[in-house]
Amino acid sequence: MLNEVVSKNYMIAGYVVILSVLALYLVSIIIRWRNLSRDLRTINELQNKTRQ
Amino acid sequence: MKPQPIALKVLNVFSILIFMCALCFVFLYAPLEVTMNYVQKIFYFHIATGWVGMLGFLAAAAAGVIYLVKHDQKWDIIELAAVEISLVFFFITIVAGSIWARPTWGAYWTWEPRLTTAAILEMVYIAYLLLRQGIDDPDRRARFSAVYTLIGAISVPITFMSIRLFRTIHPVVIGMNSSATTGSFDMTSKMLVTMFFALFTFSIIFVNLFWHRIRLGQLAQQVEELKLKELQ
Repeated sequence: MLNEVVSKNYMIAGYVVILSVLALYLVSIIIRWRNLSRDLRTINELQNKTRQ
Repeated sequence: MKPQPIALKVLNVFSILIFMCALCFVFLYAPLEVTMNYVQKIFYFHIATGWVGMLGFLAAAAAGVIYLVKHDQKWDIIELAAVEISLVFFFITIVAGSIWARPTWGAYWTWEPRLTTAAILEMVYIAYLLLRQGIDDPDRRARFSAVYTLIGAISVPITFMSIRLFRTIHPVVIGMNSSATTGSFDMTSKMLVTMFFALFTFSIIFVNLFWHRIRLGQLAQQVEELKLKELQ
């Protein structure tokens, strides 16, 4: 049988990794979305200026 | 770009709630395993992310086939979304598995069939993302990606079956274990319920992330098209 404290530490490490990777991926989606939205706004503004 | 549809907003809330429920199942409902103790609890999310990740790679191959038939860019966006999320989920599977392996096998990593095939599978799809970056023409890129995901999908059943076909120390959760297996255990009904709940939870999270990633892909395509128009 594994030592309880050692086993608990590995379990905590495992869940920290799982939650961190999921959180990082979510943040990456949000950042990419913001950057693309900014690009889209800039292109639209440029197009409007060219038309005027 | 259109704002998030109500169904997606509902799915966002549902995903968070069901993820909280899954954590409660793992930590409050599932009993402690006698030999491995607390570290066995990693197994619920390890299995769930691995299963959903593999299904995602197969979904990407299906999207690739549809692209090759229809030549519609939307299937390329769907394929890329499936690969990217599956890569994240499968990465979690590999790392969480390594952390479980350290106290159980005495090593984070060993070159046994399941771990080796899983590592190859992950690298095959990392290469997919890298190679996509090198092709500028959207049609060529989509055609190449569709063929690549089809060939890459071969590694999914190989990885899945590796613990059933070869002599391995990796436990088989459903089915017969090999005599060489280290770290296998008999699941109680509460453990089974928790495992299936985790599978359901990660399927919902996959669908939620998939939807967001497809919307991101559509926005990226819109920006790319506008940039090309500006250049012409």
